[in-house]
Amino acid sequence: MLKVSNLNVYYGGIHALKDISLEVNEGEIVTLIGANGAGKSSTLRAISALIPYKSGDITFNGASIKGNAAHKLVGKGMGHVPEGRKIFANLSVKENLEMGAYLRKDKQNVKNDYEMVYEKFPRLKERLSQVAGTLSGGEQQMLAIGRALMNRPKLLLLDEPSMGLAPIVIKQIFETIVEINKNGTTILLVEQNANLALSIANRAYVLETGKVVLSGNAYDLLHDDKVKSAYLGA
Amino acid sequence: MELVQQLINGLSLGSIYALIALGYTMVYGIIKLINFAHGDIYMIGAFTGFYFATTADMSFIPTLILAMIVSVIFGVVIEKIAYKPLRNSPRITLLITAIGVSLLLENGMRYLVGPDPKSFPSLIDESSHTFFGLQISNIQLLTLGVSIFLMIALEFIVFKTKTGKAMRAASHDTEAASLMGINVDNTISFTFALGSALAGAAGVLVALAWTTIDPYMGIMPGLKAFVAAVLGGIGSIPGALIGGILIGITETFSKSFEMTSRLSDAITFSILIIILLVKPAGLLGKVTREKV
Repeated sequence: MLKVSNLNVYYGGIHALKDISLEVNEGEIVTLIGANGAGKSSTLRAISALIPYKSGDITFNGASIKGNAAHKLVGKGMGHVPEGRKIFANLSVKENLEMGAYLRKDKQNVKNDYEMVYEKFPRLKERLSQVAGTLSGGEQQMLAIGRALMNRPKLLLLDEPSMGLAPIVIKQIFETIVEINKNGTTILLVEQNANLALSIANRAYVLETGKVVLSGNAYDLLHDDKVKSAYLGA
Repeated sequence: MELVQQLINGLSLGSIYALIALGYTMVYGIIKLINFAHGDIYMIGAFTGFYFATTADMSFIPTLILAMIVSVIFGVVIEKIAYKPLRNSPRITLLITAIGVSLLLENGMRYLVGPDPKSFPSLIDESSHTFFGLQISNIQLLTLGVSIFLMIALEFIVFKTKTGKAMRAASHDTEAASLMGINVDNTISFTFALGSALAGAAGVLVALAWTTIDPYMGIMPGLKAFVAAVLGGIGSIPGALIGGILIGITETFSKSFEMTSRLSDAITFSILIIILLVKPAGLLGKVTREKV
């Protein structure tokens, strides 16, 4: 579904991503793990065209998406829940969800999708008319995910969904991610909490200073001694 | 009675400042630019109205609409040519460009029409009405009526339509807006279009009331509307309305007293200094942290 080949990204003179290659197949949950600054978020941001890449190619659903603007990719079925959630704090919860459905023309289905989001996140339904900036961190994360789902993405990029949240909320969010995947959305997950990410993923890539240093089956990585000592705190 | 009379005059003037201030505040909200060429769009509106009314003999409503349309074209083209290429440049570059565009419009217009003031045709016969001892001219009423109508229309567009919501979303976070599939460039153009339409309308309304226009007429009202936008809280739409009305009322009141009449502009700009010292975010503005 998504194929990244030899991606190179520079920030000024800094070579941030070095020949990153990875693949996400339809129906999978794939996770990128690694330390702070390893290039996990940059990879996601390059995939959804928020930052330019100097060389390399990205194909989505079999076609190259190089040179597409970020807003065009949304129409092709890519969803991105950015790091720090980036909800529209000045809009109401309902308006945030409406923005998620910005490109959709099928009004009746959109209505059903609101219900689908409320079902996944009943807390949001209670707060529809509230200004989104007043939500708690967990609720904001739910809103950010719900907003992305409103476009019925085929591929959902999730950037640090656990950041700054209480363990119980993290558990809830991750259960929902698995559920979203079961309903047919492919997921590429970036996560600091490697244990958690590997426990729900099919496959994983380990990033270190802008390079893929290890990849494979999530279960195997979870039990790999090198990964354990470097990322799982064991 | 005198106070109420001045209040009405102030409301009428203030509604003009509010119309212009809305453009400042919306553009600032979305690209963080104080568009100093905005006052000149108001001048463009007045001149467009002048030419349609004199050469094509148009009546008030078509003149107003055409002036708004031409102002929109100017606003959008300026954004595309002068500001869009600088989207990733430091903000000061954009600000200096805006000042350059302002000078270009003023002097370009002077080159085209000459520096002498032109007398604006009286599209509406002025008449004065007395209500409960208060003098109100039909032009004042018209100014207020048209302003209120445009503000309600704006309120509807910004808060009820999809494009308006996209505009507010983009003004909070352009990157997140693009992740919704919103074409941010188009949204920015739309913002310039809305602001320019309001400024163009203000130009015609003022030309009707003051009866003369010249290529530099946009400078002072533009600056005062900027003060109004800052007073209300730059980036805030209701703030621009309140700021505009307050500046209008302050000006008419200070002009109505012998002692302060010659100081009215100084008083207006003192408000800018005071608000920046005491409450830099303005009356309705939010304190924003610089993102790192």
